Amino acid sequence: MTKSFKIALAGNPNAGKTTLFNRLTGARQHVGNYPGVTVEKKEGIYNSPSGARINIVDLPGTYSLTAYSVEEVVARDFLIHDKPRVVVDITDASNLERHLYLTCQFLEMGVPVVIAVNMIDVARDRGITIEVKKLAEMLNVPVVPISARSGEGVDELMRVVEDVARADLAWNPVYIAYGEDIDGAILEMEERIAASSFLTELYSSRWLALKYLENDEQIVEKGRSFAAEHNLAEVAEYLEGKVEAVGKHLFATMETYPEAIVADHRYGYIKSILRQGVITHTYDEDRLYTSDRIDRVVTSRVFGPVIMLAVLLGLYHFTFTYSELPAGWLQSLFEMMSGFLDRTMADGHLKSLLISGIIDGVGGVMGFVPIIMFMFFGIAILEDSGYLARVAFMMDRIFRIFGLHGSSVMAYILSGGIAGGCAVPGVMATRTLRSPRERMATLLTAPFMNCGAKLPVLALMIGTFFSNNRAQVMFMLTLLAWAVALIVAKFLRITVLKGEPTPFVMELPPYRLPTFRGLMIHTWEKTWQYIRKAGTVILGASILIWATMTFPGLPDAQKAAFENQRHEVLANYTDMTTKPIVEAGKDTYAPELTAKLAKIDAAQAEQALLHSLAGRLGSALESISRLAGFDWRTNIALVGGFAAKEIIISTMGTAYSLGVVDPVEGDSLSKTLAADPGWNKLKAFSLILFIMFYSPCFVTVVCIIKEAGSWKWGGFSMVFNTVFAMLVATVVYQLGRVMGLGG
Amino acid sequence: MGRIMLRDMERGQSGTIASIKVAGELGRRIREMGLVPGTSIKIQGRAPLYDPVALRVMGGTLTLRNNEADYIEVEVEDRQDKDE
Repeated sequence: MTKSFKIALAGNPNAGKTTLFNRLTGARQHVGNYPGVTVEKKEGIYNSPSGARINIVDLPGTYSLTAYSVEEVVARDFLIHDKPRVVVDITDASNLERHLYLTCQFLEMGVPVVIAVNMIDVARDRGITIEVKKLAEMLNVPVVPISARSGEGVDELMRVVEDVARADLAWNPVYIAYGEDIDGAILEMEERIAASSFLTELYSSRWLALKYLENDEQIVEKGRSFAAEHNLAEVAEYLEGKVEAVGKHLFATMETYPEAIVADHRYGYIKSILRQGVITHTYDEDRLYTSDRIDRVVTSRVFGPVIMLAVLLGLYHFTFTYSELPAGWLQSLFEMMSGFLDRTMADGHLKSLLISGIIDGVGGVMGFVPIIMFMFFGIAILEDSGYLARVAFMMDRIFRIFGLHGSSVMAYILSGGIAGGCAVPGVMATRTLRSPRERMATLLTAPFMNCGAKLPVLALMIGTFFSNNRAQVMFMLTLLAWAVALIVAKFLRITVLKGEPTPFVMELPPYRLPTFRGLMIHTWEKTWQYIRKAGTVILGASILIWATMTFPGLPDAQKAAFENQRHEVLANYTDMTTKPIVEAGKDTYAPELTAKLAKIDAAQAEQALLHSLAGRLGSALESISRLAGFDWRTNIALVGGFAAKEIIISTMGTAYSLGVVDPVEGDSLSKTLAADPGWNKLKAFSLILFIMFYSPCFVTVVCIIKEAGSWKWGGFSMVFNTVFAMLVATVVYQLGRVMGLGG
Repeated sequence: MGRIMLRDMERGQSGTIASIKVAGELGRRIREMGLVPGTSIKIQGRAPLYDPVALRVMGGTLTLRNNEADYIEVEVEDRQDKDE
């Protein structure tokens, strides 16, 4: 009999949920998002031996079902709206007491539950024995001991799950006693809720009353809007009033809060069950395990920071150095393709679109793939092993000052906190942060770091104008990037991202050896997501940027004028070029001719750029940009830099009619700038500052939009950063002039 | 026996949580992680800058910031020897 069911995997973070999910579904999984939020929704198919097709939804790991974070809201809404047949609640055998807190809340909701006591092998080694049968009897739900990692008990678990799913049980809420005050209030509230059918289509009346007493913001909000729609304002007011009255009473008599009583009683309920011989410890409960011993060194005062620095440097090195080889292959592949088109196609807009718009665009998307893959692989190791939590633990004291979280350090470092990173993986790395405001502040400020694409531009400016102390200037700029990122983060946290710090209370999970399979699935999933979601947008944007730098083309009259110049030059050389020019191996005339023609080409390219939309924008902005010392040429280059920062050099080269300038060498541009009386150290410094802080490149902007879940934040980072960079550059330039540094 | 604030506990010291005087998001978060009155805890260590603090609770390790620990009152035994 073939049948299909939907079930959910739920549990605390670090309970081994993902390991089980990967074991059950293998590659048959699909990652998406829950509607409207950035929380990942993982679904997969498990085909049972009896032929049932079980659709498994991996709910985000949560500690509770009270609307405290997006993850909790998502998990709860899924259970209520999608009504899975069974919730498989994964608990850690060594931490059963704490993990049963979430179990309690599933039972109170009434959804059919099967408890998987995971990592039973680890618990066994620690001398912990769990009487599974007893626990099942007392909670009145099936309990199966498993080890998701070794596979022990997993088949049995799925057999039990299938049985429960086939039985298609009705929801059956468990009642936990909360003491006289709370229970009394619940009864009264329940009556009122039931009498007016207040939200009872979705929630049971007892559960709803309990959530009101727990001060669950989402439920209170829902109650208010339901009341407004159904003319039941007095019911909502009654419920809120009742909670307030109970709260006042509890505070006056016992100096406590309703939600505190609820939590205490839930733990009391769990303790009362576990104490009846469910868990026995052979060894001392407080025994130090290997993991604690490692922590003694790894988070110690002296070695902790040193080891952390080494690990972060290692991650950085791994991400950017090892990805160079595959990135190089990709680059040659795309170069070959443009080379082929360049040779075989006639010049024109189509060729230009294919080469500069599409191939460069796809190349731009794919060029990041190796970096992103290596980064996610490295982070997966840090995360799965448990080290990432230690980084947050050690760095939190510093980052908290700026309204950030200890985990923010990783995003900063990947973005270029060690000069040469990339904001794209940096922005994506903020996924490991679970505090929403801290995460937003991190991902908006990470692009201030000196990424690998800004480096050649900075190096060119430093090399040209500050050649005597290159290293010192570069180091100073790195420190400056950190200072600015942190200060701006603080600024955002007291303005647009205002709000109390998210509680830091978190777990330090025991160190574990990551499984290779888990790492591969994790890495592939994230990389594919980037290609699919960001890729399409980036390709579109790349074509758009190409268009702004190409259209409108030069008017025919001007084109004809350049063509005439070419003819004139060629005319002068006619006899010489027709004559044999190789005399004793010396090629005397051809280079001169080529140089002259190249000069005309360069002049035409300059004019075409100036005539294009980007050029017009650059010229139009000159009146403002002059405040910071930038002329139209610089402006056009900066507009081009939005496509990718390293393009600033080649665009400047075109604008100075130097023809093609190699972004790495940039020698001819450096000489031109050094010789140009319009340039001086002050202008160069002002430009360096602007380049460091203005709008992130559009690939980063697209990633910000994807990570923040809204276009608004992408737009914000473009506008805010550019205005900020303009202010900084202007202040420095004007102050410098007043102080007579303008030369 | 005496009651002290969690912040003032030393490394290796253990005790039983007596009260948690905070409501709202932080209070809920602290409690759902298992820090409720009656739970025994042991200070496992502190971050290099002395904050946050790591606690041993019900077989697992939790961390919280000092200013969050300020809401937690702990019943402690008289000081024994430090470090285990």
